[in-house]
Amino acid sequence: MRVYQFTEQAYYPAWDDHNGSLRINLPNSKLDPKLAGQLLNRYYDEWQVADEVGLDIMLNEHHQTATCLSSTVVVGLSIMARITKKARLLVLGYPLGHRPDPLRCAEELSTIDVVSGGRLDMGFVKGVPYEFPASNQNPVGVMDRLWEAHDFILKAMTHRGEPFNWEGEHFHYRQVNIWPRPIQQPHPPLWSTTNSKNNAYTLGERGYVIATLGSGYGTRPLYDAYRQGYFKTHRKAPAADRFAYLGLVAVANDEAEARRRGDLIAGYLRTSAIVHVPYRNPPGYLSIEDNARILRGFSQPRGKAKDGRLVDIYHCSVQDLIDAGVMFCGTPDQVHAQIVDFCEYCGGMGNLLMMGHAGSLEPDATVDNLTLFAKEVLPRLKEWKQPVAEVEAA
Amino acid sequence: MSGTADASSSLMVHGVKLEIVERGKGRPVLFLHPGIGIEANAPVLDALAKGGRVIAPSHPGFGASDLPKGMNSVDDMSYVYLDLMDQLDLRDVLVIGVGLGGWLACDIAAKTTARMSHLVLGNPVGIKYGDRETRDKVDIWSLMPDQVDALAYSDPSVGKRDYKNLPESVALTAARNREAYARVAWSPYMHNPKLKLRLHRIDVPTLFLWGTADRILSEPYGRAFATMIKGARFETLDRAGHYPHLEQPESFARAALGFAEQKQPAKARA
Repeated sequence: MRVYQFTEQAYYPAWDDHNGSLRINLPNSKLDPKLAGQLLNRYYDEWQVADEVGLDIMLNEHHQTATCLSSTVVVGLSIMARITKKARLLVLGYPLGHRPDPLRCAEELSTIDVVSGGRLDMGFVKGVPYEFPASNQNPVGVMDRLWEAHDFILKAMTHRGEPFNWEGEHFHYRQVNIWPRPIQQPHPPLWSTTNSKNNAYTLGERGYVIATLGSGYGTRPLYDAYRQGYFKTHRKAPAADRFAYLGLVAVANDEAEARRRGDLIAGYLRTSAIVHVPYRNPPGYLSIEDNARILRGFSQPRGKAKDGRLVDIYHCSVQDLIDAGVMFCGTPDQVHAQIVDFCEYCGGMGNLLMMGHAGSLEPDATVDNLTLFAKEVLPRLKEWKQPVAEVEAA
Repeated sequence: MSGTADASSSLMVHGVKLEIVERGKGRPVLFLHPGIGIEANAPVLDALAKGGRVIAPSHPGFGASDLPKGMNSVDDMSYVYLDLMDQLDLRDVLVIGVGLGGWLACDIAAKTTARMSHLVLGNPVGIKYGDRETRDKVDIWSLMPDQVDALAYSDPSVGKRDYKNLPESVALTAARNREAYARVAWSPYMHNPKLKLRLHRIDVPTLFLWGTADRILSEPYGRAFATMIKGARFETLDRAGHYPHLEQPESFARAALGFAEQKQPAKARA
């Protein structure tokens, strides 16, 4: 198993001073640029620790928000490429649906791969709903744009010889010939996130790594859809390394301290949904069928405990989050047992995206969280043999 | 096509299947609906049918109409209606457009008015009037539906739909219309920057029917729009907002049909 350390790089000092929306329309007068710089540098330092103790690294970006200072992930990736030595650098995600210029994307990502010595993992995503008011890209048709950009970037990274031509539905170039091209061949590994079985199936067909975020005990149906898609094109069951899961992680030798850390890390969930309501569902983001269900007053449950109990992961207790498989929290033994249990539920899950810092978790506690996990939990997870679930008939 | 009660039928226009309500007899009246679509039982269609043969299609991607691949702009849709008028060999058409439909009607008329006699625009979007940092039209996709309705209607209850207790198809249509509207109007927001440069080509008598309770658009916006079309008249409808055809269907239809009755010197307007 690989474990990627992740933080949203929050500007948490503004979390208590909003008017019902932490994203898009929270005025940036709430931000002190000097403090923002200190926080970003601190987060980079903590990722450097992650690298030193044997963890991999995951970065992302969001826009116009106090929940995430990384508005241009290529900056964080560039710094990580330079200051870390061994860690894989996963960008999850790189919001392709919002990028007007995929040539620039191919150049940025290839450069990161080259500078890092071939350590980049490319997670292409459409972006959360509230990115659209910021980027002003049309949410209608975003998946079409995403897949054309994806096709273009892979072609740009793998093409050799004379410059090639691209006159697609959305993007137009006549002389494509990127310098540098990536180290990893044929291109850096591809990942994506999804919360839908249809998309999971598509990712399976392509064999990309599927990541689900905080999906807890609702994860297995998504993975099984992936397995079916994978089986269709590969005629075998996918290995555990095709699956990734983002969970909150708080570990300490003292259980009470672990719970305290868990409570601070849960600040991520408690703030992530604080956004001006209309921005949560721009037209075209969800399917017409899903939107019709919303009009008729049906809503989807937020989370589910192992015993089937519904859990509101945005407002619940640390214990509920543990029960829901959203947080792994406790002593190293407890955390190890929780993760193994969850992987068995998944039928194999080989990439833990560990949110080992969020919100106001202090620097010392963050470093201790990462170090203790790497020392006491990671080696046992690496030794543990993952199950490989059979593919059920479609 | 048939014209019974609130039924709709379909028409193939160059491979695009359009859902169409057709009602009444006589001179053709092409009704182009706003971004929220058109319901077959909308009273305005009956009111208009008193003065002609009403043809009210759902635009491509709206209602039950096809969405052909690559069709994602008002410009694309305008050609479908030019084709439709050719195919049905419609002449002296009274073209009525509300909101998005008004933008579409202008886009059609700027290409050619060969088959049109009169143009009636109810609270149309489609142009940019203020400076680049002034939004002419309220950002409806930054508001909740009930907030939008409060700004759009004089009486928001006119727009209320109890989706829970209506057939699922009603909610599906509303969801499809919402997506279709954003497909063509997300950016540039609710307008085509080039349309202003083309409005001088509109050479049929044009009437703006402006619902004065519209707070999505402002009356100065509407009046500025009207000055860009040669000889356009501007009349107001009270107790009506962004959708005057829904809130004042009888007066809306009477004003539109009355305007189209007035004889105009044919094509000597330039």
